[in-house]
Amino acid sequence: MAEMLLEIRNLRIEATSYPPGEPPRDVVLVDDVSVSVAKGRVLGLIGESGAGKSTIGLSSMAYGRGGVRLTGGTITLNGRDIRLVDARALRALRGREVTYVAQSAAAAFNPAIQLMDQVIETCLLHKVMGRAEAEARAVMLFGKLGLPNPESFGKRYPHQVSGGQLQRAMTAMALCPKPDLVIFDEPTTALDVTTQIEVLAAIKEAIHDTGVAALYITHDLAVVAQVADDILVLRHGKRVEYGATEQIITAPGEPYTQALVSVRSIEHVEKTDAPAVLQIQNVTARYQGTKFDVLKNITLDLPAGQTLAVVGESGSGKSTLARVITGLLPPGQGRIRFAGRELAPALAARTRDDLREVQMIYQMADTAMNPRQTVGTIIGRPLEFYFGLKGEAKRKRIQELLDQIEMGKGFIDRYPAELSGGQKQRVCIARALAAKPKLIICDEVTSALDPLVADGILKLLLALQAAEGVAYLFITHDLATVRAIADRIAVMYRGEVRRYGAKTDVLAPPFDDYTALLLSSVPEMKMGWLEGVLEGRRMAAAGN
Amino acid sequence: MRIPISALVGLFFTGAFFLAAIFAPLIAPYGMAEIVGGVWDPASSTHWLGTDAIGRDLLSRMIYGGQTTIFVASAATVLSFTLGSVLGFSAAVAGAWVDQGLSRMVDLVMAIPALILALVILSVLPVTLTVLILVMGLLDATRVFRLARAVAVDITVMDYVEAARLRGEGWAWIIFREILPNALSPLVAELGLRFIFAVLFISTLSFLGLGVQPPLADWGGIVKENSSGLVYGIPAALIPAFAIAALAISVNLVADWVLSRTTSLKGGRG
Repeated sequence: MAEMLLEIRNLRIEATSYPPGEPPRDVVLVDDVSVSVAKGRVLGLIGESGAGKSTIGLSSMAYGRGGVRLTGGTITLNGRDIRLVDARALRALRGREVTYVAQSAAAAFNPAIQLMDQVIETCLLHKVMGRAEAEARAVMLFGKLGLPNPESFGKRYPHQVSGGQLQRAMTAMALCPKPDLVIFDEPTTALDVTTQIEVLAAIKEAIHDTGVAALYITHDLAVVAQVADDILVLRHGKRVEYGATEQIITAPGEPYTQALVSVRSIEHVEKTDAPAVLQIQNVTARYQGTKFDVLKNITLDLPAGQTLAVVGESGSGKSTLARVITGLLPPGQGRIRFAGRELAPALAARTRDDLREVQMIYQMADTAMNPRQTVGTIIGRPLEFYFGLKGEAKRKRIQELLDQIEMGKGFIDRYPAELSGGQKQRVCIARALAAKPKLIICDEVTSALDPLVADGILKLLLALQAAEGVAYLFITHDLATVRAIADRIAVMYRGEVRRYGAKTDVLAPPFDDYTALLLSSVPEMKMGWLEGVLEGRRMAAAGN
Repeated sequence: MRIPISALVGLFFTGAFFLAAIFAPLIAPYGMAEIVGGVWDPASSTHWLGTDAIGRDLLSRMIYGGQTTIFVASAATVLSFTLGSVLGFSAAVAGAWVDQGLSRMVDLVMAIPALILALVILSVLPVTLTVLILVMGLLDATRVFRLARAVAVDITVMDYVEAARLRGEGWAWIIFREILPNALSPLVAELGLRFIFAVLFISTLSFLGLGVQPPLADWGGIVKENSSGLVYGIPAALIPAFAIAALAISVNLVADWVLSRTTSLKGGRG
């Protein structure tokens, strides 16, 4: 048994919640959680939002975000209980023994200071080493993390590097003062899959080479399986299962863990051909005042009652395509035919039926619903607007729609703030459905949701398609979602369609380079997947 | 639903001021222009606040003056908010040249100090209450326009406004049902402040002689009529000042409370 670096025993964390109109009450965020991390080992913390993973991660430097209190248990780091040490000792410990890598590197860097000064700041602050030595170490870490031109990389400002590079720069920042423990808080969640795999590999190698111990926090079991030695599964602040990675992945003991492991295993057999409801013909588009085509000569067909998945990373133009179809951005060239007629390019020129038959569901259900309207108003408005339903008839139809999205009676008078993330997205689906559309554009509708909740939404969408015969244009960056729901797939890259066809054809070799890269970058739920992919790519590169 | 102490205090005094203004003829012990005593009589049991520069009862003058001041300020505030917020929201929703046109026009008006502009306009037009309200309301609307537009620009980019546009909603629904409820909090906070600025503005105009015309009483006018008494240690000119301060504080205590209720997203507006 290796020497223990961090030992958390019976940790209990509370916060005070202030519900409006009610007296404040204490809520337990983390309840009786015990874990330990040996030197040089990686512990994965996994769970859905609100499971307490970040709270536990931050508690290992005795820190609680706004109003969070550590109320019970012990946190032993390097042999002493850090809940008992004073503020001065805590200050010495944070950034020296424990460092932190945040989810959004773009928000964590100061945009006005060169990267190098930010990366070595902790080293200088804690007098771990002198400036020259620290800069040398930073350059070494830049190289190790696979950043381009390690010598001059530090001279750049945060806006001059890409998101994936910034995330690696932050990892370098965390590793620079030679800490004993690094907390990675969802470091790859905000990145594209093709970037995620690079960052993941860089982090893993850096952890291995520097011999540092790490807490790796994520909601994606497939990701954590690649880097962690042990995994702690959390739910509602309580421990669900704790064990070696291999055991959790291959032989999960608890039902919740089993559900996590088998998530996204929806089987969807593609439908046979049908007449096209939407035809996009040679569409080219650019934003006003720019000289750069965001969409280049796009031609796609979507058969009625089927799902066309548009896949691509950020900046590939997939959301712009949705804006063109809805009329928010009139195309420069090309035509859009819908249900046998040609759609006017601009929103203002479209008929009410055109608008009714094309509905949209957004990524962030939070901002897609007016927070000042009740669920009843949100779903009821399209009924009133398009069909003139009023009073009892409207209320009855709203209830039918709520039943269709598997939400009960009590929701009609609630406000969006009183709903969970999954429920909000369901209400948005009901709002789209209320218009009896022929086509629903789904813009990353599951990417802001926890995996199990996202699964529920996908199943609901499939059931609604079967019942209502509505077609989906499904925009996503997540290939697992595509497998679960698509009949046809279009792979987009830099405004062009790289590959388009029936699902089985698109997902079967031979691949073009980009599709191959995209497909191989999706984390799989097995250990050693990362090494396998990287080895395969090295071989391919050597073969060329 | 508990009302905090500060809001209760604010509600009490605001209520008292407005009731006194509405029922002025019933409450005031003497007539507004009635000469009932000597010049600057000290406070006594018959004249609670004493008399003014020509022997009128000061308390009665204050009550009638409050009526004029509060009426003109309220009417001007209502006008400026209706006009400013509707135009501000429209500019944000319409964008493009509508926004440019309205915003530049407002910039033009705002470039000239409001008081000087008001003095110029009022020296040309006949000074009646209607003209006063219109001038104050229009000048103040530029400030409200700025705020309303800034708030609405942030709201129009939200997905729910886009969803409403895609549904084919007209501008009335977008402005009054999607934007207004979400812009209410900053507007209510501004309303309390703007009302007080309107009180100060009408008082300033009257003090300068271009506001409410004698024999009609208003707080600024009372300060002007009695200002020379300050030299002899007569405090009559300070009383309207206290009234303005008390009104300012109590109105804003109420505005703060309304603000805290409107910011709740869980139907706290009841």
